[in-house]
Amino acid sequence: MIVMENVYFTYPNGVEALRGIDLKIEDGEFIAIMGQNGAGKTTLVKHMNGLLKPTRGRVLVDGVETTKVSVAKLARKVGLVFQNPDHQLFSETVEDEIRFALKNFGFDEETIKKRVDWALNLLDLERYRNVSPFMLSGGERKRVALASVLAWDPSIIILDEPTIGQDYRQKERLRQFIMQLNQQGKTIIIVTHDVEFVAECSPKILLMREGKIIAEGEAREILTDEPLLYQASISMPEIAKIFKNLSAFGLPSKVIDVYEAANILYERLGDAR
Amino acid sequence: MSIFDGFKFRSESSPIHEMDPRAKFIYVCILFSSAIIFNNIIPLLILFLIQMPIVFLAKVQREWLRSMKASALFATLIFAMNFISLYFYAGHETLCSITERSAAMTIRFLVLIQTFSIFFLTTSPDMLGLALEQSGIPYEICFAFTTAVRFVPVLAEEAQTIIDAQRARGLELESGNIIKRIRNYIPILIPLIVNAIRRSMELAETMESRAWGAVKNRTNLYALRIKGRDILLIVSSLIILIISVYTSIYIRVPSITQMMHC
Ligand SMILES: Nc1ncnc2c1ncn2[C@@H]1O[C@H](COP(=O)(O)OP(=O)(O)O)[C@@H](O)[C@H]1O
Ligand SMILES: [Mg+2]
Repeated sequence: MIVMENVYFTYPNGVEALRGIDLKIEDGEFIAIMGQNGAGKTTLVKHMNGLLKPTRGRVLVDGVETTKVSVAKLARKVGLVFQNPDHQLFSETVEDEIRFALKNFGFDEETIKKRVDWALNLLDLERYRNVSPFMLSGGERKRVALASVLAWDPSIIILDEPTIGQDYRQKERLRQFIMQLNQQGKTIIIVTHDVEFVAECSPKILLMREGKIIAEGEAREILTDEPLLYQASISMPEIAKIFKNLSAFGLPSKVIDVYEAANILYERLGDAR
Repeated sequence: MSIFDGFKFRSESSPIHEMDPRAKFIYVCILFSSAIIFNNIIPLLILFLIQMPIVFLAKVQREWLRSMKASALFATLIFAMNFISLYFYAGHETLCSITERSAAMTIRFLVLIQTFSIFFLTTSPDMLGLALEQSGIPYEICFAFTTAVRFVPVLAEEAQTIIDAQRARGLELESGNIIKRIRNYIPILIPLIVNAIRRSMELAETMESRAWGAVKNRTNLYALRIKGRDILLIVSSLIILIISVYTSIYIRVPSITQMMHC
């Protein structure tokens, strides 16, 4: 469980990136943190594994204050996948890249082997096992970075902008295994701009703006609240836009899911016939 | 990150910012030489203090303070090294005089840092490039220079992000013996270098696609001209140099220890 109490954070150059964050993320929750560029999303998640310590206020991970333990210790529990994979890939092969963290955390050789195989398989990277990560495409590098974190099986997984540079198929895969990990009881936190992706996952949403959380709630509520989204510089998902315009016909206006939308329309058309 | 903030150009409007970079460069060279000439604490302190008005005039006190803070550790080290070596090898000196001589070396270091900091805080990389160009240095070299300067803060920021990303994967920089500690930097240096190379290739491509180097005789929107205050700076710098050289040759500056008879 992650608890933040009145967290403020100022960068050394004087930029105040967080201004009074209060939040509580329970085990097994699925959260999307959304908001415009520079809203403080990345700064916020860097507090969750202790990379940044609050200038004021407290951050607690499973009841332990992040100032009291090392980042390595917190990282064992909280896996953070950075936005840009080029900031972490350095090994000669994809396999070594995934081994890196496992060795840092002191797993034994047998476990390392098992986990590497598992992660390669999970992210469809088996065929690149002995390839240099630098030879891969942007989207593939992103998956290697993801695999290298998932491999140590952290109980809280944070993904910063995971959908950037992924094509539709990869996004769909990503969505499916995020859902799967969540169903296995992992806490998932994604930071993203991608409203369509969020609409399909339907997590709980934290909306940020200028270092503050301006709204918190179910995807269905937040993603259909146009004035609120406007404040956060986010557009409504396409489905929500359509249903907003159709509300004059007595259709429900808070719809974000494609299948639900199809069902509603199907029933309506059936009635008409 | 914060170390570089003490040397990174800050756009402000101040008389010092508007000065010709060449005049400022002469000032830097002269202060450097003067600081090297003396190893006595009083003139070094004076060299340190006469630069303070410039810091305030340029409105960069905060950044200057940061550069001083950043060098505090190194300054302490210099003091300790001097103190220890003097203590063991300098024979019959009193503790007071050893302390004073070590302090003098530390202040010399701070003068160098301060001069450097003032120069880079108040001189934009563009101006620097322009100054080089007008001194007759080929444009390619000037361009390479300004680009390198411009990318230093970018690189510093990137290094920080990479350190964060690897720490998030359980890397502990300050763990193990000395060899392990050096090895710990491999996961940071490789992405940093690879990204720098990748970025330079991209830069080359974008430059070429914008016809870089197509025209042999470039003209500039701005031209540097030496103005009254630049001459004032150069002249005062020269006076400092003359006084320094004269003092160091003809006058025996007393040390504080001697003056206080301790
Ligand atoms: N390393 C840093 N040093 C100084 N300021 C930073 C740094 N990283 C981010 N910022 C600033 O903090 C604010 C929040 O940034 P960030 O958390 O990256 O936003 P987001 O991830 O929502 O786009 C921005 O104004 C940004 O310029
Ligand atoms: Mg971000």
